[in-house]
Amino acid sequence: MSTPRTLFDKLWDAHVVSPESSTAPAVLYIDLHLIHEVTSPQAFTELAARGLKPRRPDRTKATMDHSTPTLPAGADGKLPYYTAAAETQVNTLARNCAEHGIELFDMNSDHRGIVHVIAPELGFTQPGMTIVCGDSHTSTHGAFGALAFGIGTSEVGHVLATQCLLQRKPRSMAITVDGELPPGVGAKDVILHIIGVIGVNGGTGHVIEYRGSTIRAMDMEQRMTLCNMSIEAGARAGMVAPDETTFAWLAKAPRAPKGEAFEAAVQAWRELQSEEGASFDSDVRIDAADIRPTLTWGTHPGTAIAVDRPIPAATDAAARKALDYMHLDAGHALAGTPVDVVFVGSCTNGRLSDMRAVASVLRDRHIASRVRMLVVPGSEQVKREAEAEGIDAIVRAAGAEWREPGCSMCIAMNGDLVAPGQLAVSTSNRNFEGRQGPGSRTLLASPLSAAWAAVNGQVSDPRELFAAQKEVA
Amino acid sequence: MSGFQQVKSRSVVLRQTNIDTDQIIPARFLSTTERSGLGKHAFNDWRWQADGSPNPEFPFNQPANADRKILLAGRNFGCGSSREHAPWALVDLGLRAIVSSEIADIFRNNSLKNGLVPVVLAEADVQQLMERPDDELVVDVAACELRTPDGRAYTFPLDAFAQTCLLEGVDELGYLLARQADIEHYEDTRYAQ
Repeated sequence: MSTPRTLFDKLWDAHVVSPESSTAPAVLYIDLHLIHEVTSPQAFTELAARGLKPRRPDRTKATMDHSTPTLPAGADGKLPYYTAAAETQVNTLARNCAEHGIELFDMNSDHRGIVHVIAPELGFTQPGMTIVCGDSHTSTHGAFGALAFGIGTSEVGHVLATQCLLQRKPRSMAITVDGELPPGVGAKDVILHIIGVIGVNGGTGHVIEYRGSTIRAMDMEQRMTLCNMSIEAGARAGMVAPDETTFAWLAKAPRAPKGEAFEAAVQAWRELQSEEGASFDSDVRIDAADIRPTLTWGTHPGTAIAVDRPIPAATDAAARKALDYMHLDAGHALAGTPVDVVFVGSCTNGRLSDMRAVASVLRDRHIASRVRMLVVPGSEQVKREAEAEGIDAIVRAAGAEWREPGCSMCIAMNGDLVAPGQLAVSTSNRNFEGRQGPGSRTLLASPLSAAWAAVNGQVSDPRELFAAQKEVA
Repeated sequence: MSGFQQVKSRSVVLRQTNIDTDQIIPARFLSTTERSGLGKHAFNDWRWQADGSPNPEFPFNQPANADRKILLAGRNFGCGSSREHAPWALVDLGLRAIVSSEIADIFRNNSLKNGLVPVVLAEADVQQLMERPDDELVVDVAACELRTPDGRAYTFPLDAFAQTCLLEGVDELGYLLARQADIEHYEDTRYAQ
């Protein structure tokens, strides 16, 4: 009898071109290569210097998202790029794609957006695939039962030239979350809670499979939020086994297989489950009932705590430095902390359900006068669908800004910045020092927590929204 | 990348844990289509003050630390983004080895492709080394050993393939390109089904 295999084992085995040995890593085949303007130009330069061409332009898809402005073109028809270098980077990607016949979703495309939003939206992301991108949040695509991970620019060159990567097989970790999430608690709270439990390096060297009834009950957008932040625990990748929820999403995705091909694909995708008795190198269990609205207090995502819990006392120099940088005091809860900026968007929380969550809070309300709030849809499609529901009008009426799609203030490369010393509640994925601009202070949070903080001008518990509803009922 | 046997140098110490790639090189310096010249932005926001002057307290600004090739860093160095600009910046700054009790996966992969040796030792050993930054250390790639002038030797893990690449300056892309027939066979077999 063969050893029961995990989902990750199955994905790995199916893509081994040549197995690993003591002297060499495995050659692993890559089904889908996503590229963007920031981490690809040097790879194309390297290929050109060696006289090489992309091997499978058909398996390569490109978009522009990091350096792009989120304000529309001015009266002169020109896009307001933050710097000349940013514009050069975007133009370089367009030139490289044109030269090599790579499909590009450019500034004029109806499907452009953040790479980890558009590939699932279009149906390029499918169960059973290996997917890489020069971007650590490639782990997002694991939500579909794919093995998806971030790579550096040298490796972008390797995949362009050979459609393969040299890899040692990582270890496996099961994270099982069971139970029903309380109202006001969502996927972002779940993943922040998990990182708080296992630590910012708890997943290093591992591929995580998220399992359990809580994960099964999540829709695809929630699963993407969850898998997106696997890297924030140091994990190589995160994944969820595909199920009916996954297939229903793909049935509507324009570039997924159609008709008989789709039926055949679904049949194959159903096999992508960890087998009964398959063993993981490590095993973590979480009770959904323990998860409350969660934010971070420090300068890495492992500093996650429930909104109503006191910030822990600093036990080492790093924690003291973080508290000092954040101007926060141990022993106090984050609730009540004054907020200057609120950012909703990013590959973590820039999807339609996130926009809806924000609109549900902002409808018939106004943000506090001290707060600047940016709501940035993750893609042109998210923007279109949100606008069709009137979400843009709700956001604007509440006093917040409704922007064009892109990474925006998550990585703050495009001029969307938090000013030095300002405190931002952000639905993005990193709270590193200066991540949202030099001297910026970031609390990571869910869209509900972010919107409720904007209304109140201070960090607030989104469960209050649901308690009020109950009283009315 | 040319091969090398060892790095011999005194070291620079950054005790901070979880030094992420945004500290190694902030995102605003990634708007480049080149890979050179990033050293001046390495640790930018710790190294330079708001007015552009050097922060005299930051170790890399201290004259005694000029030309040091080994960094001793707190646990979980290089966490965060996949930007290869991080090792590009550190190599441009003159570093050839990072010693820490844990080095993040993607950063480690990127480092190996740029001749920056990731040396993972036990936390207590790293702490001990941090006490004597003026000792000339030897990071011996062939022996997978870090040696101190008083004769201590610490073994560090290094994948055999990565070691060969460092020693011989072998290029991973060249290795992959030589597997062309295997790759074609894989594609033919998989997509014939």
